[in-house]
Amino acid sequence: MDVNKKQLRIALRNCGFIDPENIDQYIVRDGYMALANVLMQNNPQAAIEVVKKSGLRGRGGGGFPTGLKWELASKNPSDQKYMICNADEGDPGAFMDRSILEGDPHSVIEAMAIGGFCIGATKGLIYIRAEYPLAIKRLEIAIAQAREYGFLGQKILGSDFDFDLELRYGAGAFVCGEETALIHSMEGMRGEPTFKPPFPAQEGYLKKPSNVNNVETFANIPVIFNKGWEWFSSIGTEKSKGTKVFALAGQINNVGLIEVPMGITLREVIFEIGGGIKGGKQFKAVQTGGPSGGCLTEAFLDTPIDYDNLIAAGSMMGSGGMIVMDETSCMPAVARFYLDFTVEESCGKCTPCRIGNKRLCEILDKIIEGKGTMDDLTILKNLSQVIKDTALCGLGQTSPNPILSTIDHFWDEYVAHVTNKKCPAGQCKSMKQYIIDAEQCIGCTACARACPVGAIKGEKKNPHSINQDLCIKCGACYEKCKFNAISII
Amino acid sequence: MPVKIKMKQDHIDKIKEICKKFNNDGGELINVLHQTQHFIGYLPAEAQELIASELNVSVAHVYGVVSFYSFFTMTPKGEYPISVCMGTACYVRGAERVLDEFKRLLNINVGETTADGKFSLTALRCIGACGLAPVITIGEKVYGRLAPDDVKGIIEEYK
Ligand SMILES: Cc1cc2nc3c(=O)[nH]c(=O)nc-3n(C[C@H](O)[C@H](O)[C@H](O)COP(=O)(O)O)c2cc1C
Ligand code: SF4
Ligand code: SF4
Ligand code: SF4
Ligand code: FES
Repeated sequence: MDVNKKQLRIALRNCGFIDPENIDQYIVRDGYMALANVLMQNNPQAAIEVVKKSGLRGRGGGGFPTGLKWELASKNPSDQKYMICNADEGDPGAFMDRSILEGDPHSVIEAMAIGGFCIGATKGLIYIRAEYPLAIKRLEIAIAQAREYGFLGQKILGSDFDFDLELRYGAGAFVCGEETALIHSMEGMRGEPTFKPPFPAQEGYLKKPSNVNNVETFANIPVIFNKGWEWFSSIGTEKSKGTKVFALAGQINNVGLIEVPMGITLREVIFEIGGGIKGGKQFKAVQTGGPSGGCLTEAFLDTPIDYDNLIAAGSMMGSGGMIVMDETSCMPAVARFYLDFTVEESCGKCTPCRIGNKRLCEILDKIIEGKGTMDDLTILKNLSQVIKDTALCGLGQTSPNPILSTIDHFWDEYVAHVTNKKCPAGQCKSMKQYIIDAEQCIGCTACARACPVGAIKGEKKNPHSINQDLCIKCGACYEKCKFNAISII
Repeated sequence: MPVKIKMKQDHIDKIKEICKKFNNDGGELINVLHQTQHFIGYLPAEAQELIASELNVSVAHVYGVVSFYSFFTMTPKGEYPISVCMGTACYVRGAERVLDEFKRLLNINVGETTADGKFSLTALRCIGACGLAPVITIGEKVYGRLAPDDVKGIIEEYK
């Protein structure tokens, strides 16, 4: 199947087609034309109107309408405002923003200048992960070239508009992707979120009105001006316009970045673009929205992908991670994986998130170790709801989603873990048992010699047996037996 | 606050120079820490004390920031820093078993360095090479599509 057929490249339009370290190649592909036109028309309100009408919504996760955000920031008078680009990209398993910054840094710079003009900001800041050295280098080169060509700096292209950019570095804290935490981090403090309101548009960086947008959101802006909002809004679904970039990964044949129009179905993405499940196994679930999202089942394969449908299905768009799982994935263990991430990344400022998530993790551990009860499942659900309702920032408010969605869609699997002490996917170590079939065993002693804990006993040429209390389930005996005498139950 | 510092003189000079480059501005603390760590390799307590006094902020504030961000470390890394990606794509393709094998063979835990200072072990989140999952890096070098059985050979390369 053709990997490119169902794709449409807007945000990634230049990635791979231009030399990102050469501004001329960007200019040849209509680069900085949108900025020139916006400055020539010299009407910020009209430009904001274009973004509003395009229907563009934030690609950083929340899906807030970008034009409206710019309008709010433009209406707060101040001597200094800031245009901020969120390039913290913390969702594990996602690298859309990095690819844009490495492949097409000028599109983000141009968009930030347009945004700065619209809201009345003369300074722009890009908050980027220190773990992205190549993206940082390309941005530095691009900013220097843009200055040289007069696209940044004073009196840009002969207008009265001044605008310049600076980089700020993240230091490995997922919560700094949250916009209030990001702003505190840029001020040199611990990246702890604060209650909104005040929103950044009212009180942001250094207490001045600020506008935060995601990298991919920005990358859409120049095209919207060049091709018109009518064109952009003709793509996608009623409430979600344009395209979305996803990082397709997991047990699927074609992995990598894809950009697809909103409204495409999960089935098209997974089975046509993604080429189906690896090794001919069965599709089990697809996870979207990263640690804030959820797992969707077969029943959702034909749902058109957009912001609202994914939320209605119990997941969310998120920043674009899309992980496909086959029948060998254990859902309580997957939920546990995401919770582990949340616990590690929680900033610790508020109790529901700091302590609540830890408790959720412990309960999941119990279930995975085969010590869970039905009561635990009830507590899991109730506590999840409490955390969602009471946490201070988006991290805690969404952290139980991986649990709630897997409980919703894979209830039987949870029940199997607690009542039958069985892991249907065969993943949970503690529920596996290695046993020796006395009929098949010829007593070659190979397994006993391989066992690291001496759990296997038996006389030479006589059937052996495994002491389950000692066995650590390493599987060494299973690998060694040449007579198919050892099985896993 | 008088500061008692037992660091090499060239480290002291360099840290002072870095602070000065950022106008000894407390708001630039994170940039100062980045450059200091890049230079020394980690952020020992003495360096934090010096930075605090140069930027005129409390040592507690500096420590609070250092301990908040996982990129900053207070222990020196090994000569060959091993990072195992535990991002989602790597996780679903068995990264945990690869990590366990490194732990077992090196006899250290995540965040630790071997006694001879050769290897240190960290777990990372997605390094953007999901197509090669599971992925590890040793220094600048990337190893992809790993199975636990490959680990032994990789360690041998550096012995
Ligand atoms: C815990 C948490 C992490 C976030 N991480 C990111 C991120 O890595 N990148 C990003 O662009 N937005 C992230 N966001 C969303 C931002 O707070 C913000 O909504 C976004 O940058 C706004 O830009 P947009 O409207 O263009 O999407 C995160 C939010 C939360 C609550
Ligand atoms: S919800 Fe979690 S990450 Fe957010 S402020 Fe509370 S403790 Fe910090
Ligand atoms: S390796 Fe197989 S055949 Fe040999 S003693 Fe063990 S179980 Fe029996
Ligand atoms: S699984 Fe490992 S620990 Fe258990 S009996 Fe076999 S070799 Fe021994
Ligand atoms: S999850 Fe390991 S490289 Fe992306």
